[in-house]
Amino acid sequence: MNFETIVFYIFAALTVFAALRVITARNPMHAVLFLVLAFISSSGIWLLLEAEFLAITLVLVYVGAVMVLFLFVVMMLDINLVRLREGFWRWLPFGATLAGLMVFQMVWVLGGIDSIGGIEPVKHAADYSNTKELGRLIYTDYVYAFELAAVLLLIAMVAAIALTLRRRKDSRSQNVADQVAVKRNDRVRIVKMQAEQRVTGQLSENKE
Amino acid sequence: MDLMTNWMSAGAEIFLLVMVCAILIADLLIKQSGRLVTYMLAQITLLGCSLITVGTHENGVVYAFHNLFVDDLMSDVLKLLTYLAMSMMLVYSRQYLTVRGLFTGEFIVLALFAMLGMMVMISANHFLSLYLGLELLSLSLYAMVALQRDSAIATEAAMKYFVLGALASGLLLYGMSMLYGATGSLELGVVSNAIQYGVADKNLLVFGLVFVVSGLAFKLGVVPFHMWVPDVYHGAPTAMTMLIGSAPKLAAFAFATRILVEGLQPLVQHWSGMLIILAVASMAIGNITAIAQTNLKRMFAYSTIAHMGFLLLGLLSGGVEGYGSSMFYAVVYVLMSLGAFGMIMLLSRVGFEADTLNDFKGLNQRSPWLAFMMLLLMFSMAGVPPTVGFYAKFSVLNAVVQAGHIWLAVAAVMFSLIGAFYYLRIVKLMYFDAPESHEPIAVGQDSALLISVNGLAVLLLGLLPGALMSVCAVSVQQSLLLH
Repeated sequence: MNFETIVFYIFAALTVFAALRVITARNPMHAVLFLVLAFISSSGIWLLLEAEFLAITLVLVYVGAVMVLFLFVVMMLDINLVRLREGFWRWLPFGATLAGLMVFQMVWVLGGIDSIGGIEPVKHAADYSNTKELGRLIYTDYVYAFELAAVLLLIAMVAAIALTLRRRKDSRSQNVADQVAVKRNDRVRIVKMQAEQRVTGQLSENKE
Repeated sequence: MDLMTNWMSAGAEIFLLVMVCAILIADLLIKQSGRLVTYMLAQITLLGCSLITVGTHENGVVYAFHNLFVDDLMSDVLKLLTYLAMSMMLVYSRQYLTVRGLFTGEFIVLALFAMLGMMVMISANHFLSLYLGLELLSLSLYAMVALQRDSAIATEAAMKYFVLGALASGLLLYGMSMLYGATGSLELGVVSNAIQYGVADKNLLVFGLVFVVSGLAFKLGVVPFHMWVPDVYHGAPTAMTMLIGSAPKLAAFAFATRILVEGLQPLVQHWSGMLIILAVASMAIGNITAIAQTNLKRMFAYSTIAHMGFLLLGLLSGGVEGYGSSMFYAVVYVLMSLGAFGMIMLLSRVGFEADTLNDFKGLNQRSPWLAFMMLLLMFSMAGVPPTVGFYAKFSVLNAVVQAGHIWLAVAAVMFSLIGAFYYLRIVKLMYFDAPESHEPIAVGQDSALLISVNGLAVLLLGLLPGALMSVCAVSVQQSLLLH
């Protein structure tokens, strides 16, 4: 067992542990932080695979942006922990048995495999630019998939706007654009009417 | 592969994407009543797509975009049928959605995006494009199910669909990653060759295959991965149910054949065994559970599960007969499901959904013509001659018997007989029961014409199935079996 394998197992164990804690942690804040740990340890695995650009992107985009947003959302939401954990202990034996059975089967099948028989990844020298190679592949061989991924983001945007943007009828918010664009005629109504005659007798009655 | 070939072969997809973006902007800027302009633009886009697909058709198989994309006869035929199904869906659902305030620009745009996903799936030659197409389709559908924000049941359906769909995508990706590890490629033809001639570990391949088949079964909605189907069909607005239950089934057929037949053909003895279990369980649970349903949309959901089981029967039989009959079955199922959901929408009106069995009581007295159309559709779903449903079932069973699975054919016939009960119950309700309400049926002219064409097509195709059947047989022969 060489050093690389040892590092791989450390990162892999850390990822599995963190992922387990994400779903078992009592506090949602802790769950989010464990998810961050899972992302960071899996980016370590990617570094071992010489995918430096992807590893750094994972940390920058997921940990730096998405997870921070997640933290904010969790802090803002008033999550009822009791209701969230309702039925946890009731269903745990069933779920645990099922998960255990699946893990057992997977170990049983995969345990007997010595080598996957596929093509070994090529080791590159230190001056090999991972980013450049990735960019070349994305814009040549995989341009079709790259464009489709862009369309996927567009759909996500359209869907998010369609699902969240709607004006409530009882909303009391101000529309600044409307306020600025207001004209005199919208607010002031000039009514032409006959000037009234002053009747002194009635006025004195009112005073009394 | 030069640029021109790439552009030509994916012409319809590129045109569609450009048009969807244009519609997205036009819908925002053009003042219109009832989204008429957007609707017409969408129909024109579908027409344009079909012209381009026909115009750029080439004999043989053309690979483009570094083998991520394939243009063959099967993809052209399936795409043309997809355009037709989407166009019919838009016509059927316009009035229904308009009175519910859901006929928005987003609905049309998301429907067209979903169609782009289907086209990508149909023309995929690579695990990556298969997966991306599937996600384009699924993401649009999740959003469309949730569009009716005020309905708790629709939101619940969207939530279930989204969570289970994401789980299925995870399973599928995990399986694909295993296959990639074993074969060193994601391209379907290369994977197939690597399995056939390479030194890839068989255990690892089968391990990946199990996950791929599970993900596929989730997306097709076959037992035991069917739990989302009834809830989503029931909860979604009927127009969205129609969209989920129609054209995507064509894409699902293409998806299944591309992965299993083009990519994993050397593992056929493994996956055909899995498909047998899925098919028998689907036909059993789908048909038997449907009997207990009083909600029509839920009943059709279980009937879809049973029909998908039948579709798998054709796939596992193999050969031109097997794949051809399976494709024929998918096309026929789409036609019937469009008609059935169209009928529910025709009978619905403002604030009222005609989606329970009681709403169909005495339909013959209220509108004999609509009742007759529903009779044709139900006969076809049950597989009563001379409708096309009979011929579709017959050709699948024929393929199953030729493949040597006699007991499987017997089981399929038994379950179809059980299934005939709940289709014929609707016919009984329409013709022999007294109507519960005498509200006049207000049907738009376009959808009334379409339901007539739809119903008569089911009858005519049943009388003359030869042309469509030979198109299916030739396209699977050219696309799946010759290389």
